[in-house]
Amino acid sequence: MENFLQQLINGVTLGSIYGLIAIGYTMVFGIIGMVNFAHGDVFMVSAFIALIIFLALTQLLGVSSIYAAIFIVLLASMLLTSLWNWTIERVAYRPLRGSFRLAPLISAIGMSIFLMNFVQAVQGPRNKPLPPMFNEVIHITKGGSFDVTLAYKQIIIVAVTAVLLAGFWYLVQKTPLGRAQRAVEQDRRMAALLGIDVDRTVSITFVMGAALAAVAGTLYLVNYGVVSFSDGFTPGVKAFTAAVLGGIGSIPGAVLGGLMIGLIETLWAAYVSNDYKNVAAFSVLIIVLIFMPSGLLGKPEVEKV
Amino acid sequence: MSDAAVSDAVSPQTQSRFITALRDTAFVGLLTAGLCFPLIALRAEADMNNHLELQQRWSWLVAATIAMAASRFITSIFDRLAARIVGVIGVWLILFAGGTAYYATNSHGGVIAGCAVAGLISIGLAAVLNRSNVDAGPAEPTRFYRLDTSGGSIAGNLISIAALGCAIAFPLVMLAWLGPQGSLKWINNYGVQILIYVMLGWGLNIVVGLAGLLDLGYVAFYAVGCYAYALLATKFGLSFWLCLPLAGILAAFWGILLGFPVLRLRGDYLAIVTLAFGEIINIVLTNWVDLTNGDAGIPSIPRITFFGLPFTASDDGFAAWFGIEFSPIHRNIFLFYLILTLALITNFVTLRLRRLPIGRAWEALREDEIACRSLGINTTNTKLTAFALGAMFGGFAGAFFAVRQGFVNPNSFTFSESAAILAMVVLGGMGSQIGVALAAAVMIGGTELLRELDFLKVLFGEAFDPSQYRMLIFGFGMVAMMIWKPRGLVSTRAPSIFLKQRKAIAGALVKEGHG
Repeated sequence: MENFLQQLINGVTLGSIYGLIAIGYTMVFGIIGMVNFAHGDVFMVSAFIALIIFLALTQLLGVSSIYAAIFIVLLASMLLTSLWNWTIERVAYRPLRGSFRLAPLISAIGMSIFLMNFVQAVQGPRNKPLPPMFNEVIHITKGGSFDVTLAYKQIIIVAVTAVLLAGFWYLVQKTPLGRAQRAVEQDRRMAALLGIDVDRTVSITFVMGAALAAVAGTLYLVNYGVVSFSDGFTPGVKAFTAAVLGGIGSIPGAVLGGLMIGLIETLWAAYVSNDYKNVAAFSVLIIVLIFMPSGLLGKPEVEKV
Repeated sequence: MSDAAVSDAVSPQTQSRFITALRDTAFVGLLTAGLCFPLIALRAEADMNNHLELQQRWSWLVAATIAMAASRFITSIFDRLAARIVGVIGVWLILFAGGTAYYATNSHGGVIAGCAVAGLISIGLAAVLNRSNVDAGPAEPTRFYRLDTSGGSIAGNLISIAALGCAIAFPLVMLAWLGPQGSLKWINNYGVQILIYVMLGWGLNIVVGLAGLLDLGYVAFYAVGCYAYALLATKFGLSFWLCLPLAGILAAFWGILLGFPVLRLRGDYLAIVTLAFGEIINIVLTNWVDLTNGDAGIPSIPRITFFGLPFTASDDGFAAWFGIEFSPIHRNIFLFYLILTLALITNFVTLRLRRLPIGRAWEALREDEIACRSLGINTTNTKLTAFALGAMFGGFAGAFFAVRQGFVNPNSFTFSESAAILAMVVLGGMGSQIGVALAAAVMIGGTELLRELDFLKVLFGEAFDPSQYRMLIFGFGMVAMMIWKPRGLVSTRAPSIFLKQRKAIAGALVKEGHG
C-alpha cells in the first residue's frame, strides 16, 4: 500500500512533465497537421539553457537564494527556448507548407538530429549533474514498511504545471489570440480570408509550445538534477504517446495522456520490470495508434480527397 | 534597368536595398546572439569532483554572430543563387582567415593569406555572377532537369557501369598499390563499411523511396538479421551460408509481423510506430540477457569461410588450398566482394521489381494512396511486400555485419543508426538508386577521409574529430534538402512504362497524396 501511494505521487510528478511537453505536440499537430519530431529535442535544449543560466546566476553573478534563481531560470529558459522554436519554425517548417506530406516530418527529423548533435558538440557528450536542491520532504504516512514522502520539488512541479495550464487554457479559450488559433486549426484558408495572419498565428503556437517545453525542461532539471544531450529523445516519444493517447489536437487530452503515461511508467517500473518501462510506454503508443487513433478525447479524423 | 545604371551612381532603389540588407543583417546577428548566448558562450563542464563549472567562451559567440550576420548580408544583397553560394563561401573563408590570425600561436601565414585572398576572389566572383544577369530581375530559381539514372538512360547506364567497374577494381588496385598491410584500412574501413551502408540504403529505399512509407525503425530488421546469424552460429553451430538466407527470411517475417497491424496507419503515424518498434527491439536486446548477453554482446561469432575453406594459415585453409601465401587481407577482400554482391542483388531485384506490376503499384501508392484504392489496388498487400522486402535486405546486411565484426551488441542498433540510413535515402533523392549509393559513399567515406587530413588537425587542434560533426551535418542536410529539392537530388522521374516515347516528369509536377 505504501509502495503504491509513493508510486502514485512519483507518477503524477512525471506525468505533469510529460503533459507539458505533450501540449507542444498536440497544438502543433492541431494547427498545421504535422508531427513536430524535434519537440523532444527542444525540451532538451531548454533543460540545457536552464542548467547554464542557473550556473551563471549562482556561480558568476552570486545569486544566493535558490528560489529566486529558479524563478529567473524559468523565465529566461521560457524566453530563449521560444526564440529557438520560433527560429526552427521559420527556417525548417514554414518554407515547406504546401510541399508533399512527408516533407515537414523529414525536415523535423533532420532538425531533431541537428539539435541533438549541436548540443553535443558545444556542450560535450557527458552528463551534467547538479547538486540536489529542494531536498525537504513531507512525510505522509509513518510507521509502515517505509515512509511515504512527498518532496517539496514534487509539490513545486505539480503546482507550477497546474497554474500554467490554467493560464494557458484561459489564453486558448478566452482571448482573441486563442480564437485565431482555433480558427486556423479549423480551416487555414478561410481564417486567412477573414483577416487572420496565419503565419503569425502558427509562429505563436510554436512559441507557446516551446515555452511550456521550457517549463518542463526546467522542472525536469530540478527533479532529476542531471541532463545530457540525448535526454530529449525518450521523453519526446513518451510525450508524443501522451498526446496521441489523450487524442491529438486536444489540450486537456494531452494533460490527461501525460498523467496516464507517467502513472503507467512508474507503476510498470515498480510492479513489473524497471528494465522494460520504456517498452510499456512504447507499446501503449503502438496499441493506441492501431486500435483507437483518435485517442481518449480527440475527434475522429475524416480522410478528405 | 541597364547594367550601367546599376553600377554607376547609387540609385534610390539600390540604397533602399542596401538598408533592407543591413536591417536583415542586424536582425540575424541579434537572433544568433540570442540563440547561442547560453549554449555556445558558456559551457558547463564537470570537474574532478563531478561538480559543474562554467567555462566562458565569448569569442565563440562573437564569431558565430559575425558569421551568420555576414552570410545573411551576402544573401540579401545578391539575387542569384550561384552568387549567394559563392559569396557566402567567400565570407566564411575570410572569417576563417581572421579567426586563424587571431588564435594561431605559431605561424600559419600561408594559410591565412591564402584563405583571405580566396575569400576576396570569391566575393568578387559573386558580384560578377550577380551582375551578369541583373537585367532579368530577381532570378527565378533555376530548375535542373536531369534524367533519372535508374530509369535506364544511356548516360545513366554509363555512369552506373563506370561506378560498378570502380567498385570491382577497388580492392585489387589498393592491394597492388599499397600492399597487404597498407590496403587493409582502405578495403575494410572504407570499402566494406561504405558498401554495408549502400546496401542498407538500397533496402530502405524500397520502403521509403519507392513505396513512400517512412520507416524510422529500419535498424530493427538489421538487428534481427545480425542477431539471427550470431545466435544460430554460436548456439547451433550453423554455417554462415545457411544462416544468410535464414537471417533474411527471419527479418522479412518480422517485417510482416509488424506490418500487418501498422500499415493502415497514415504516413506520420507509421513513422512514429516504426520508431517505437525499433526502440523496443533495442531495449529487448539490451535486457534479455539470457538470450543476447545484453550490453556485453555476443563475442567470437564464427568468421567467414570461403565456401567452407577458413581464412586461416592452417593446412586446410584458403591460402594453402590455392597454394598462395597466407595473408589476413584475403578475408577482407572476400568480404568486400561478398557485400558488393549482396548490394548488387538488392539493386538488381529493386530495378526488376520496378518494372513488374507490384513495383508500379508501389510508386503509384507513393504518389496517391486514395487514387490507388479507387483503382482497385490492394494497398495493404502492396505496402506489406515493400516492407517485407526492405526488411529482408536489412536482414541480409545484418548477417553480413555480424560475420564481419565477429562481435555484436545492441549499441550498433540505435535510433541514430536508423536516422543515418534515412538521411542517406533522403539526401540521395528518394527513389534514386545511384543517388543513395553516392550519398552513402560521401557520408561514410567523406567523414572517414576528413579524419585523415592532417592539416585540419593543425588548424583545429589535435582533438579535432570530424565524425563528431557528421550527424550535425546530416541533420542540417536533411532540412536543407527538404527546402531546396524535396524530391531529392535526382528530381526527375522517368516513367517505367510509356506509350511511344519516354518523357521525364519533373518531381515538382508530381503531387504527393497520403504517404
